[in-house]
Amino acid sequence: MKRIAQLISLAALAATLLAAILFFTDQLALPAAKLWMLVAAPVWFVATPLWMEHKATD
Amino acid sequence: MSERDHHDPVNEYEREPVPERALLGLKNYLGQFAGEHVAGTELMIGPLFLASGVSAFDFIFGLLLGNLLAVLSWTFFTAPIATRARLTLYFQLEQICGRRVVLLYNLANGVMFTVLAGAMITVSATALGVYFKFSMPQLTDTLPTGTGWVLAVLATGVLFSVVAAYGYRFVSRFANIAAPWLVAMFVAFGIIGLREMGLKSVGDFWNVASNVVWTGGAPQPGQVKFGFWHVMFFAWFCNMAWHIGMADLSVLRYARKSWYGLASAAGMYVGHFMAWIAASLLYAVQLQQDPANTAVLPGPLAYRACGVAGLLAVVTAGWTTANPTLYRAGLAFQSLKPASSRFKVTLITGLIASVTAVFPIVTMRLLDFVALWGMILMPMGAVIFMDFWVLPRLGLRSNFAAAAGVRLNWAAGLAWLLTLAACTWLVLTGRTQIFFVSLPGWFVTSLLYVVLSKVQQGYASRPAAA
Repeated sequence: MKRIAQLISLAALAATLLAAILFFTDQLALPAAKLWMLVAAPVWFVATPLWMEHKATD
Repeated sequence: MSERDHHDPVNEYEREPVPERALLGLKNYLGQFAGEHVAGTELMIGPLFLASGVSAFDFIFGLLLGNLLAVLSWTFFTAPIATRARLTLYFQLEQICGRRVVLLYNLANGVMFTVLAGAMITVSATALGVYFKFSMPQLTDTLPTGTGWVLAVLATGVLFSVVAAYGYRFVSRFANIAAPWLVAMFVAFGIIGLREMGLKSVGDFWNVASNVVWTGGAPQPGQVKFGFWHVMFFAWFCNMAWHIGMADLSVLRYARKSWYGLASAAGMYVGHFMAWIAASLLYAVQLQQDPANTAVLPGPLAYRACGVAGLLAVVTAGWTTANPTLYRAGLAFQSLKPASSRFKVTLITGLIASVTAVFPIVTMRLLDFVALWGMILMPMGAVIFMDFWVLPRLGLRSNFAAAAGVRLNWAAGLAWLLTLAACTWLVLTGRTQIFFVSLPGWFVTSLLYVVLSKVQQGYASRPAAA
């Protein structure tokens, strides 16, 4: 489960970066790149708490 | 700027050296530094460089060198003392200066944290303006621009304040989770910004950077013209309170080795190099599309490049960094009256920060504010440095307040206040700019502290007159 969540988080980060790179190389229009990033954001915030450890600091 | 878990207070070993078993490895520091320096304020600082008319060479190489100096300051100023004494900044200051100077330090720190939190609230509030279309401040505005702006800032500030007072731990956890995504969003800002500025291949970067983006022209109205030395000194002194000012003694005291200070490079080159360049590019795109639109508003800037995800990044960066900033400001003020409720103090501090956020002057002059912060707190770092390394070599006593049992080491207090007076005079009379004054200021404090300590300790050891 943890491994799957990590892979999903990684995919979300990759999608965020890939959207920008594909726009840079003219393979994706800006509105589509924005949509990729919009979808990737909630995916990251749902998947990452499932595996990321937190060290309390206060 | 740097306001995440890295600088959070740690309620362990507050009045004793960190024991061997509690020491941390390099990986901890790499993660902490890398995550913490992508803050909401980077979205203001990057564009403000461009508004200051910086050229590509001055910007890129000024940042490279300035950030290197910051890393070396953490490595050779802060970490060696932190890993030898292994004490918090506050306890070490108390040992050297006495309780009264620590209270004064906390008051100054609390005020600066409050104003910085206000700037972060302002950054987040600009995201609301994209949807609600109220009038937002321009680069030269110092006063609120209308009811819509005031309501948006106050609503954001009150929300942040309540959460900081109630749910510090929740937002701290959220900040940890958000950090990698925020870094990715800043990279995306940069890539999209470069393409929008006309860059089509990596090999053409320097041509576009120097002829289209950072052309080095006149600054925007109300901004100081920035050259290489401005950029270099700003990057070096941006976190001056933490490295040369020694605030990070509290963090690096856990480091197994003093060279772990080099881990700060992860934060400097991700946050204060990549993120500033990326944010600066967003502003360049805006100016290219509408040269009359000189407003530095992170919400619209990020929205133009990355849409709703960009707005989410602005709010997240502002919120996750305002939260620990408000918390720390509250702690600093609470130390003045320890019996007071931390909840109430944090809440009141947040409300004050919200009121300061309504006035855009601090945010639009954020470069000056950051330099001022370094100037105010830097002298205490010089006092610690001289007390630790130099005083024993001169036959003088370190940790004088603790050794003599006094609540006020007037040599340290006077060195601080006289340095601030000298630096303020230099800036106000136009002899030097705020961005550079902390360098001579450090030497002034060091000299004053050594001389005044000599006088003080000579006087203290003199036998009483018969």
